[in-house]
Formats: sequence, structure tokens, C-alpha cells
Amino acid sequence: MEKLLEVKGLKTHFFTSGGVVKAVDGISYDVAPGETVAVVGESGCGKSVGAMSILRLIPDPPGKNMGGEILFQGRDLLELSDAEMRDIRGRDIGMIFQEPMTSLNPVLSIGRQLTETVEHHLKVSRKQAMERAIELLGLVGISEPERRLKQYPHHLSGGMRQRVMIAMSLACEPKLIIADEPTTALDVTIQAQILELMKNLTRELGVAMIIITHNLGVVARYADRVNVMYAGRIVESGTAEEIYHNPKHPYTLALLRSVPRMDQPRGAKLEPVDGQPPDLTKLDGGCAFRPRCRFATESCAQAQPVLEEVAPAHISACFEKDRVGLTAGVTA
Amino acid sequence: MVTVSENLADAKNAELQDDLRDRPGLWKQITSFARKQPLGFAGLIVVLVFICLAVFAPWLSPFDPEASSYEHMLAPPGTTSDAGTFYLGTDDFGRDVLTRIIYGARTALFVGFTCAIVGATVGLVLGVGSAFFGGKIDLIFQRIMDIFMAFPLIIMALSIVAIFGSSIQNVIIAITIPFIPRCARVVRSSALAIREIPYIDAARANGFSNSRIIMRHMVPNVMAPFLIMLTAFVGQAILLEASLSFLGLGVQEPVPAWGLMLKNAQEYIRSEPWIAIWPGIAITLGVFGFNLFGDALRDALDPRLRSNQ
Repeated sequence: MEKLLEVKGLKTHFFTSGGVVKAVDGISYDVAPGETVAVVGESGCGKSVGAMSILRLIPDPPGKNMGGEILFQGRDLLELSDAEMRDIRGRDIGMIFQEPMTSLNPVLSIGRQLTETVEHHLKVSRKQAMERAIELLGLVGISEPERRLKQYPHHLSGGMRQRVMIAMSLACEPKLIIADEPTTALDVTIQAQILELMKNLTRELGVAMIIITHNLGVVARYADRVNVMYAGRIVESGTAEEIYHNPKHPYTLALLRSVPRMDQPRGAKLEPVDGQPPDLTKLDGGCAFRPRCRFATESCAQAQPVLEEVAPAHISACFEKDRVGLTAGVTA
Repeated sequence: MVTVSENLADAKNAELQDDLRDRPGLWKQITSFARKQPLGFAGLIVVLVFICLAVFAPWLSPFDPEASSYEHMLAPPGTTSDAGTFYLGTDDFGRDVLTRIIYGARTALFVGFTCAIVGATVGLVLGVGSAFFGGKIDLIFQRIMDIFMAFPLIIMALSIVAIFGSSIQNVIIAITIPFIPRCARVVRSSALAIREIPYIDAARANGFSNSRIIMRHMVPNVMAPFLIMLTAFVGQAILLEASLSFLGLGVQEPVPAWGLMLKNAQEYIRSEPWIAIWPGIAITLGVFGFNLFGDALRDALDPRLRSNQ
């Protein structure tokens, strides 16, 4: 199948006074049209930076692209001029941010913020843009859209604002939406609504989505494929089902064991992932997860494991992946 | 489950709608402003009165502001003559003080508004731009601002007038230039905070250009400090213009100006104090009015505060 987005060996480093932070250090993955890809990992593993890098939204300085390619519909986004990049942002690739409370401009009405994007990219009149905005608000399940357009962000609840953000990201019929922890700031019942909405809309409109999250429940339910990131690299990648039922990387396994599961007996203990996330300025040549890994051997300190196929469409970067598979018994 | 939660959402929507249902009329808005901000409202009245005085000066004033009359020199307030009543007395040239105060409002407001609007707007653009681009641009801009800030306002204005000579344009330039860095500094600090809020990233992710993000997304959000600076500047500019005129470096005779009137009154302050008192009151009221009004204006224009009504 034709790929919508191909990320090849993307590296984004931050040059700080404390040293070079390799926030994203050579990640490669691709997204097919209409597909939902989840990127999971703990805070600071580079998942947001990786996604922001696609839209070239990383401030430079201190951030800098250190190599790789981002092919979107065959065009390398890293080669485009600023003006060409601006045309892609918001029109071909939409973005949904983590904090709906602060992602909308407090002094502009909802309608103005929605129509601004539409007018800017589609070059339509104010009136046509208004009609589109009303249609969009209806699409994301906001009642009385005509009246909502005149309201300001502070009139809306968090869930409503996130719906508006979704409407904005869909405004110009993008082919890809990047959702950076879209539900983290919302309470649990609203999370479910928003995720259902995003799932249905992406399916109906055939929009591909990269969803960045640290919520494995989200992954299991909504993603087609999953990339697990650790310390700026993808350590495991596969279909959601494969990752859930047959994790082949100790980090993925540890993540799965740290969340409550319906198929575990009541009162079963959760196992936290031991240790701290690594300091990204002080990575050595070995596997970054080694200090926290229960499967670590001496060879793990010698070289960085590379991604290798463990099953069809399932890759893992671990020297001990066969052992991980053997002891993974999730219900055991 | 989905339907239940959607019903909940609808109920929430309905609640929110009630807040906005009754949009108050203009008169209601004015009375509510007067009730909530009595001081600001008083400031507004003073400002409006001065603006009316300035605009309608030829119709409001009983005499010609520049016509001197040797028969009526230093007449005390309330003196009546063939020509009419001098309600506030006359000065040493026999010119009506009331007339000169009314015409003086023209000079004061013209200088005040021009300096404040030009100075604050240039400061706004420089401040937001400096904060938005950051890095080296910010550093260079701010050091230049530091140089200008190092001079006290009045010294700066004095030296500019001393170099270029005293005319009303030079007075305006002399007052405007020191305003720019003051406004830029305040606006920059607000803009620095705003730059880090995700809606600026969101605007960038929507494909807007830098200038559009600055003008449409950052500038409206720094309106609150900007408006306070702007209205405070009007008061300050009036005061500065009066000071320069008082020192003989500002507006020149026979143009009516409050500072100039004070200067001429010096010699007569013991014997004929009204010549000094009335322009003094005019300056005080003007500055006070603009400052009070500025504070209230900020509260009234901030949509977050507006919704709490």
C-alpha cells in the first residue's frame, strides 16, 4: 500500500548548556492512509518531540534536526521552505494538543479561530468559512454551533474545548492528524467520549492519525499499530494486538505489567517499572534500558540492539527478545 | 453509555447557554460600568469633559485666547466688564484664564494623545516582536532599550528639545521617544509569557506566518498591559508637555498651554494666585482622569473579566 508518511532515521537533538540531549535519535516508521498509529512511552522518551519534528515545530535553537527524512506524500518535509511548510501545517497535517485549556486563544471567539484556519488555507470568503465552521462543530458533536461560534474559550468546558481543537484540526480536511496526548488533561469519562469521537471521525473521513500517549488502554482500543519508544528510540513496533499479547521487549512488558488489567484477579499487585528514565545527555553505547531491565546480560552493555523482526510486522530491539517472549506469560 | 454521557454534555451546554442569553444593552452596560468602577467612571467623565472642551473650544470659550487687553490685566475671578465676565480672572496680559484653559486642553490632549499612541504602538510592536523572535534579536533590542531607559524621562525630553529647538513637533518627538522603550519593556514581559502558552504553538501548527501569529494571536493578548501603558502615557505626556513648557522649552507664547500659563503665573503667585491655581487644577485633573480611566478600561476590555458580569 502507498505510504502517507514515512519517517526515516529522524534525529532531533537539543543543544543545551548541560550537553546534547538526543531526544529523538534515529526513529523510523510509516503511516498508511487512514491508519491510526500510537506512539507510547514514558515522559521524556522523545515521543512528543518526534511528532513535533514532523511539523518542524521544534524551536531552533536549542533543537536541531540532525538527519533523517520525513516523506509526506513523497515530499521530504525537511527540504521544504518555511512558506511551503506553512502550507502543509494545518491543511495537510492537523495537530491536536495536550492541553485544551490553553490551546485555544482566549481573546478570539471560537468561530474566529475556526474560520481563520479555513480562510487562510482554503482561500474562501468569511461567509463560506463560517458555514464550514458550523458544519465542523456539528461534526464533533457540539450543540447549537451557530451560537457557540460567538463564544470564547472560557465559556467551554475542557471536553468541549478539545472537541473544538479536533474541529480545528479537521477544518481543512487534512490527510494526517497528530494528536499529542489528546486526552491526558481530561477526566476519564470525557476521555472516552473524545477518543470515540476521534476514532469515528478518522474512520469516516479516512484521516490517518498519529496518537501520542502514555495510556496503554488508549492504544489497545484505538490504534492499528503501536510504536514503543524509549530514550529517543523505537524499541518495539507492531500491531496493537501483537504488542499487547506478545510483547517482545522488556520495556513493553514492564509497561503492560504496570497497568491494571481486567483479566487479572482483583487485588493483583501492579508492578512499577523500576528505576528512573535515563539522562539523555549521558547515554553510552549499550542498550539504554539495560539498568532497569530484568533480562539484562553483559552483552547489553556492549552494543545497542537494533530492531529485528520477531513475527510478521512485529519488530523489537532487544538481544534477549526470545527470553522475553518465553517469560511474558501475561496472566501468570 | 455513550448516550448517557452525551445527555450529560447537553445538560452542561444548556447551563452555559444561560450565561449568554441576555446580552445587556448599551445603557445597561454603562450603568453597570459606573456601579462596578466608580473611580474609573469618574475618570471617564473627566476625560470626556476635556475632550469636549478641546473639540468645541471656539464655541465654549467666551473670549479670544490670544487677545490681550490692558484694561483688564490681572482681574480677579468673577470680574465683569463691557466685554463679558471673566469667570476665572485674567492673566498679566489681560487674557481670560478660562478661555486659555479651554484652548489649553487642545494643546494638552493633542500632545498627550499623539505621544501616547505613537510611543505605545511602536513600543508594542518592538516588544512583542522582540519576545516572539527571542534569542539574539531580543538581546540586541533590549540593550538598545536599556540605553534609552538609562536617561530619566525629563532629561531625555529636555536634551531632544535643546538639540532640535522648541516647537510643538519637537516637543512631541521629545516625549514620544522615551515612551517607546518603557512600553516595549512591559509588553515584552507579557509577550514572553504568552509565547510559551500552547495556543501559540497551535497557531504555528495551523500554518500561520510569524507576522500573523504576532498580530492576531500575541498582540490581542497583551492588550491589557498595553492599554494601561497607553492611558498612563496620555497623563504622563500632558504632564511632560506642561513641564517642558514651564521650563520654556515646550510650547511657546502666545499658544495657550497649561504649563506655559503656570510659568507666567510665577511672578504673581502671591498677589494674584488664581492665575496659577486654575491651570494647576486642569493639569492635575487631566492626569488623574486618564490614569483612573486607564485602569478601568483594562478591566472592561479583558474578555475573561467581562464574562464574570
